[in-house]
Amino acid sequence: MKKEITFTLNNEKVVVEVDPGWTLLYLLREVFELTGTKEGCGVGECGACTVIVDGDAVSSCLYPVLEAEGKNVITIEGVAASDGTLHPLQQAFIDNNGVQCGYCTSGMIMSAKALLEKKAVPTEEDIRTSIAGNICRCTGYVQIVESVQQAAERMKK
Amino acid sequence: MDNLLHVGKNIPRTAETDKVTGRAVYMDEYKRPGMLHGKILYSRYAHARIKSINTEKAKNLPGVRAVITGYDIPDVRVGFLGDQTVLKRDLVRQFRDEVAAVAAITPEIAEEALKLIEVEYEPLPAIFDPLEAMKPDAPLVHETDARGRPLRSNILPLPWKFNAGDVEKARQESAYTATDSVNTPWINQCCMGTSGCVAEFDSNNNLMFCSQTNVIFGAKQRIQTYLLNIGLKGKKIRVINPTVGGSFGTKLDTDIYEFICIQLALKTRKPVRIRFTREEEFMALPPRQTARFTIEQGCDKNGLLTFRKVEAILDNGAYTSWGATTPSVMMLPISSMYRVPNVSFQATCVYTNNIYSQAMRGYGNPQAAFAVETSMDHLAETAGIDAAEFRMINRNHPGDVTPMGLKITTCPLEQCITAVKEKIKWDEKRGKRNGRGVGMASLIHVAGGARVYLSDGTGIRIKVNESGEVDVLSGSTDQGQGSPTVIAQIVAEATGFKPEDVNIVFGDTALGLWDAGTHASRHTFVAGNAAVRAGEKVKQQILELAVQYIPKMVKRSLKQQKKKNPDFVEPELDYTLIDSPEKLDLRNRMIFPKAAPDHPHFKTEVGKILTSGLHVGTGESKAVVAEVFWDPPTEMLNAEMKGNYSCTYAFGAAGVEVEVDRQTGEVKILKLVSAHDVGRAINPSLVKGQIYGAAYIGVGYGLTERVQLVDGKVVNPNFRDYKILTANDAIPVEAVIIEDPDPAGPYGAKGIGEPGLVPTAPAIANAVYDAIGVRIKDLPITPEKVLAALKAKEG
Repeated sequence: MKKEITFTLNNEKVVVEVDPGWTLLYLLREVFELTGTKEGCGVGECGACTVIVDGDAVSSCLYPVLEAEGKNVITIEGVAASDGTLHPLQQAFIDNNGVQCGYCTSGMIMSAKALLEKKAVPTEEDIRTSIAGNICRCTGYVQIVESVQQAAERMKK
Repeated sequence: MDNLLHVGKNIPRTAETDKVTGRAVYMDEYKRPGMLHGKILYSRYAHARIKSINTEKAKNLPGVRAVITGYDIPDVRVGFLGDQTVLKRDLVRQFRDEVAAVAAITPEIAEEALKLIEVEYEPLPAIFDPLEAMKPDAPLVHETDARGRPLRSNILPLPWKFNAGDVEKARQESAYTATDSVNTPWINQCCMGTSGCVAEFDSNNNLMFCSQTNVIFGAKQRIQTYLLNIGLKGKKIRVINPTVGGSFGTKLDTDIYEFICIQLALKTRKPVRIRFTREEEFMALPPRQTARFTIEQGCDKNGLLTFRKVEAILDNGAYTSWGATTPSVMMLPISSMYRVPNVSFQATCVYTNNIYSQAMRGYGNPQAAFAVETSMDHLAETAGIDAAEFRMINRNHPGDVTPMGLKITTCPLEQCITAVKEKIKWDEKRGKRNGRGVGMASLIHVAGGARVYLSDGTGIRIKVNESGEVDVLSGSTDQGQGSPTVIAQIVAEATGFKPEDVNIVFGDTALGLWDAGTHASRHTFVAGNAAVRAGEKVKQQILELAVQYIPKMVKRSLKQQKKKNPDFVEPELDYTLIDSPEKLDLRNRMIFPKAAPDHPHFKTEVGKILTSGLHVGTGESKAVVAEVFWDPPTEMLNAEMKGNYSCTYAFGAAGVEVEVDRQTGEVKILKLVSAHDVGRAINPSLVKGQIYGAAYIGVGYGLTERVQLVDGKVVNPNFRDYKILTANDAIPVEAVIIEDPDPAGPYGAKGIGEPGLVPTAPAIANAVYDAIGVRIKDLPITPEKVLAALKAKEG
C-alpha cells in the first residue's frame, strides 16, 4: 500500500507516493535520484548516508520514510547555493584535502553542517563528536577536522 | 629546481569538486538502460561436498531473469594459481565460496531469489589453523592442483626462500641475540565504497566492463583469458573505472564476483550490476592474511647488526590471490631495513578453509615490519643500547646495496629518526616504566615502482587543444589519493601551463596507454616520470610553433600600429633571441626568450600561438600531442629472490607516546609522529593526507582491528564489531615531511601511498613495552591481552 507524503526537500516542497517500508535513503536515491547520499553499510554504522532532517544530522538508511512527513530534509545536493557557489564547508573540504576517495564526504559535510548551524564557533571536540558517526578510511580525519574548522572561520566573517 | 611554479604547492583538489557536491558517479550511480542486479549465494560450510542444487523455485520468482550455478557455466579455472572456479560445482572450501548467482530486475528480488535456492551439502572435515594444516595427516583443502595432479600437502608450491651471507656463523660470532615470535591478524581493507561492477555485452559480444580495479590492463587481460577459455574468442574488452570509493589493495586482483557478473550479463543479454553489502564486504572479500613470524637477530658488542633470521607462516585461506605473494615485500624490510649483512628468510603459505587472502596497503611490509621492529627493540635492550641510537647506528646509507640487491639512492633515515626523537621528546620520556612510554619503529618501502610484472611501466599521452587546454590520457587509475591533482601539477610544470588547464582522463583501457596499475606506491613516481617526459615533449612542440609564429605575429602587429599611426617608429628587434626553440621557454602559459624574459614584444601568451598555429591551413599540419611510455630501470627478482626491483626506496620512522591503564589494560595514544622521506612533496597537503590516513590504519592494526574467524566464518562482519577508528578516537598525529629529492623521481618525488601504515603498529607495541614492561607480540594490542600479559609478568 503506497502512501503519499509531503515534505520539504532541499528547500522545495515535494509530494510523493512512498512504500511505508522504505527508508528515507531509498526514497532519496531511487525516487529523487539524489545519489550524493551514499549507502556505506545500510545499518546506521558508517554515516555515509547522513542527511539533515529539521536541523539534525540523521542516518537516512535507518530513517523510516513516513517520518519525513512535514519535515525539512537537506541532502548534499541542497548544500551549495542555487547558482552553484559552493558552501564554505564544501570549499574548505576541497582546499584542505578533506576529501580523498569522497565516499564519506557527503555524510561528513552534512554532519558538520548540522553542527555549524547549531554552534557557529565549535571546538575541535565538538567537531570530532559531530562526525564521530561518520567513518572515513582515507584521511585519519585530520584534514576533515581542519576543513570544518576553516569553514567555521570563513562563515564567521 | 627551486623556481618550480606548481610542484611543491598545496594546490586544492578542485578537479574533484563533484565529490563535495554529491555529483561524482561511483559504482552505485553507474546505470545502464535495462540494467539487472546480480546477487551471489555463498556456501553454508567451510568445507563440504555439494550434493545437489535446486534453482527451480528461484527461477520462477517474478522479476528473476537468470539463476546460474557451476553446472550452467563452463568449468574454467581462474586466479593466480588457477585453484578455483567461478561457481563451485562439487566442493566448497570456504564460507565465501560462490555456489549460485541470480540476476533480477531489482536487488531485492535477487536477494529474495537467493533464499529460494536449495543446496544440499555433505560437510567435510575442515582445517583452520595453518600449523595444523601443515601436518602430514591434515585434511587436504585441495586434492589436486590446477592441472589435476594430486596434491599431498596444504603447503603452497611457492618457495619463498632468501639467503645472504652466513647466518649460522654470524650467530655464533654475535655478542647479543634476541628471538621473538609474533603474530599479525586478519584485517579488512574497509573501503567505504563497497565492491561492485557492471558488465555489459554489445550485440557482437564485446564487453564493456565498469570495474573498480586499480589495474585496468591487468583486469582486461584476466577477463580476456577467461572469455577465451569459455569460448568467446577475439572479443573486444573495454575496462573503465567509475569514481572509486577507496581501494587499499582490494582492487588489485580480479575478484570472483566480477566473473560472475560477466556470466550473468552473458546469460541475460542485459547489463548486470553486482554491488556488495557491507556484510559481504567483510565476509566475501579477501582480507589481509594473518601471519606468524619467528625472528632472531644479533649484533656485535658495538651494536652493529650481524644477522637476521626470519621464518613466516601465512594463512593463505582456501584459494590463491595476491596474499600468497606478500613475502616478496616482506623480504624488503627483512633483508634491507638497516644494514644487516647476513640474512635468511623463509615464508610458507598454507591452504586452510579460511577465507582466501589478498593485498592490502603496504602488502607484506606492515606484517614483516612488526616482526623486525619489535625485535629490534628487544635486541637493543638486550645489548643495553638506546633503541633509537641502535636504529641510528645501523641505519642505511645512500649508495648501499643491500643483501637483497636493493640499491639505496637517497636515504634520509637519520633525519626521520631525529625528527621523531625530537617531537616525541624521546630522551626525556623513554625508559620511565610508569604507565607512560614512548616507542619507535622505522620503515623501508618501494618508492620507485615495483617490478612484479615484466613491465612496471606507465604510458601518458598529452594533447594540447587550440584553445589552450591540456588533455592528459592516462592508463592509471585514481582511487581517491589525489592523482588528478598531483599529475596536473606535474604536467603543468613540465609543459608550462597551469594546473587548472589540465584535464585528466584516468581509468579507461580504450583511451589510456598501458599501465602496470596504481599500486605499490608507484603512481606518482612512474606515471609522474612519464608525465614529465611527455610534458617536456609537448613544450618542445609548442616552442617550435612559437619560433615559427611569434616573429610573424610581432611583425604583423608592428605593421598594424604603423598603419594606425604613421608616426610610429618601428623598434629594431633582435629576432635571433627567438630563432630556435632552445632560446625560448614556456612557464605559466607565457612564452618568452630565455635571454630576455620580460621582452615587451616577444613575450607571448601560449593561447595566441595555439590559435594561430594549430589546425590552420589545408593539408597536413601540426598537432601538439606527445606520448611517453616509461618503465623504471629496475630488475625482476631472480631465482634467489634478489634484484633491485624498485628505482628508489622510501624511508621513514614513527614515534608513539602511549599511556597504559593497568586496571583496564587500555592503551591510549598521547602522540603519534610519522616522519617520512618523500623525496620531494609534489603537493605537501596531499602527502600529509596519505601519511595521516595510512598512520590511522596503522593504529587500527596496532590496537583495534581484527577480522574474527570462528571455524572459518567471519563473525564480526560490520562496523559495530569490527573496530575501525573514528574521529572520536582523536589520535593526535603529526606528519613530518622530510625532503631529499631523489635523482630518479619526477621533480625528486618518491612514492608515499603505503609507508605511513608500516611502522605505526610496531612503534605502538614498543611504546607499550616502554610504559609497562611487557611485550605484546600478537596484534591487535587489546586491553585483554595487556591485562593477561601484566598478570603473567606479575604472577
